[in-house]
Amino acid sequence: MEALRTKARELLESGAVKVVIGYGAGSDPQRVRALFARTADQVGQLVWDHRCRQNLAAYLIKPDVKALGRMAIVARPATLRTIMQYAAENQLANDSIVLLAVTDDGQIAELTSFAAIEEHLAALPRGLTPEQQQELDKIEKMSLDERWAFWSAEVGRCIKCYACRAACPLCYCHRCITDVNQPQWIPIASDPLGNLEWNVVRAMHLAGRCVDCGSCADACPEGIRIDLLNRLLGREALTQFGAEPGYSPRKEYALSSFKPDDKEEFIR
Amino acid sequence: MSEQKILQKKSLGELVQKLTAAGNRVLAPVRSGEQLGFEEVTSPRKVADDYIQTTRSAKAAVFPRYEPMLRFTLAGKDVSAEEIAPESRPTVLFGPHPCDAASFATLTAVFTWDSGDAYFEPKLAKLTVIGLSCTKGDAYCFCTSVGGGPGDTRGSDILLTPLDANQYLAEILTDKGRAVVAIAPTLFANANGQAKDRVLAKIAPRFTAKKIAERLPALFPKKEVWLEQSLRCVGCGCCAYVCPTCSCFDIQDERDRYGGVRMRCWDSCGFGLFTLHASGHNPRAVQSERWRQRVMHKFSYQPERLGVLGCVGCGRCSRSCPVDMNLGEHVGALAEAKA
Amino acid sequence: MVAEFQPKVVAFVCNWCTYAGADLTGTSRIKYSPNVRMVRLPCTGRIDFMLLLQAFGQGADGIIVSGCHPGDCHYTSGNFHARRRWILFRRLLDFMGVDLRRVHFAWVSAAEGAKWAELVNSVVDEVGKLGPYETFPRRLGRRQEAVEVA
Repeated sequence: MEALRTKARELLESGAVKVVIGYGAGSDPQRVRALFARTADQVGQLVWDHRCRQNLAAYLIKPDVKALGRMAIVARPATLRTIMQYAAENQLANDSIVLLAVTDDGQIAELTSFAAIEEHLAALPRGLTPEQQQELDKIEKMSLDERWAFWSAEVGRCIKCYACRAACPLCYCHRCITDVNQPQWIPIASDPLGNLEWNVVRAMHLAGRCVDCGSCADACPEGIRIDLLNRLLGREALTQFGAEPGYSPRKEYALSSFKPDDKEEFIR
Repeated sequence: MSEQKILQKKSLGELVQKLTAAGNRVLAPVRSGEQLGFEEVTSPRKVADDYIQTTRSAKAAVFPRYEPMLRFTLAGKDVSAEEIAPESRPTVLFGPHPCDAASFATLTAVFTWDSGDAYFEPKLAKLTVIGLSCTKGDAYCFCTSVGGGPGDTRGSDILLTPLDANQYLAEILTDKGRAVVAIAPTLFANANGQAKDRVLAKIAPRFTAKKIAERLPALFPKKEVWLEQSLRCVGCGCCAYVCPTCSCFDIQDERDRYGGVRMRCWDSCGFGLFTLHASGHNPRAVQSERWRQRVMHKFSYQPERLGVLGCVGCGRCSRSCPVDMNLGEHVGALAEAKA
Repeated sequence: MVAEFQPKVVAFVCNWCTYAGADLTGTSRIKYSPNVRMVRLPCTGRIDFMLLLQAFGQGADGIIVSGCHPGDCHYTSGNFHARRRWILFRRLLDFMGVDLRRVHFAWVSAAEGAKWAELVNSVVDEVGKLGPYETFPRRLGRRQEAVEVA
């Protein structure tokens, strides 16, 4: 934590950045909140622990935050992958932000170029944990009716607040598909169909792009396990197409490319 | 004129039964996973206890998430439309805390200030509120800062206060409350001079709403204040949707080629598109302006225009907010902010 | 007398291959089940996965998606992109408990009139046996009265 604060202080004092976006104490001991450190006082409030899960890259597109000037962001591996994915999607210029990656031994890796981020990520473990695999397997082993009952109950709680969309850095469309209203493509109502279509469309629009930060499920006020949908599709995109979003700044979007021999045993 | 009765906790099952038999839909806090919401119950076994606050408010009882208003069919160039009668069932809302009970006054002010809302009024007329006092609160509660309290009776037709593990003090406050007692008179024993203050939670006020209302107009142009508070806000609809007093709605047509339904559904001033004009201009183009509007609306405009505060201090917005925007904390900070 | 259940099957087909193939079925006077409603698109690559959910949401009991064989796409590669989309979408639907026995994919060329008939007949038969898709939520604005099948 001290190393992080020292680095943040350094970056601000040298004028290299105008704001360090990290985490600070939240409303209760279980929570932290995004902290936009610009003064020495605020730097002193930066924390780093297991509570620091929110993907801070979501603030990159926010006009009020962009206006603060060049930024440094405290980055978990998922946040680094987000930056890589932005690079792959031509959303960010090289060397435009500073990423502060905290390594396991408490050191701070200051990463600015896409090449540096790519190198840093290459050394980290990747893939789903056994627990994450088990969670997906548990649902896949259910019968059709059980799966439908489970997901109907989950998405039935959705209130269409779009916190999942707001928290996700890769949901950056200026006009989201739900906002398109001539015609109203995705129903606005938080009724069973509207909820199902919203959660399906978001999962599919992220398929092959999602970097599995989990911020969507963390943000959901109803505790809906939408991260499972994204993780399932991420696993499929990897197995079927070798898609590994967020590990390279080169565009490799699974759904805008193809192989002539993609598997198709289900097509008559 | 209110009277005091005693209701045994073990009588709740019979009370729910009798209320249901009398044609009421009984809504009570029910747990699903880690979340709590008000759902229809037919037995007290499903009713949650030992919680501070539900995740969703009870406003859906009078202002549903979505509500069809009219159905239309297209046949060639002809359009025929038929109104869908606003649904209203006699409903007993069991277990809202005093903050939630007080929220109906704000909703009523909004939905009836110039003309009676045809969808809201019948539901409110058929709603009976059996409130439940709070014996504990948490860091997010701030009812006492907005004119309420853990044992406040405003908005309740009957207010229950758990005197101990077995019984409630039941304050019968209105005609609707008396009608409930009349349905199950044997369950309500006489009580005399019971003091409830000793069991109520202690919630220290953080600010006074009146003082905030006075300061806010001068704070309006202080962009830095609003910017600092809202930097982390990501502009979702969480706070508005879990809030018991938020009442903004959108009107949408859901249709196919042959016809459809016009309905109203919840909307949030936090969304970027909330004030987007057809011209493309957006008077609240950035989140700091939308945050300012939220606070001004609840703590300045509504008191000024409607004579009611737009917040009951339930703390739901702060508990649910994905980025920990703590309204009680923010408004408290405004009281200290330099004018 | 209770009418036998007539499934509503919506078919999303590409203009150049499957639609033309279905035309051939007709000109060849091959009889096939009338329960299918065709939605013609320029290419399977144009088929947004949400169209499938919308079909179910508007009352369909079964869906067919069909286009040119890989390598024969009128727009060169539209069907290759569609195939990738379907591979992922099917997995998501299955994971969420949407009944994949009601969603069928095929490559039907402009010369395969017989194949089209056989495909429709077998899908209508299978969906007919499964019954109406009652558990799938419907759009609020859905037309209430049933459409008579001629």
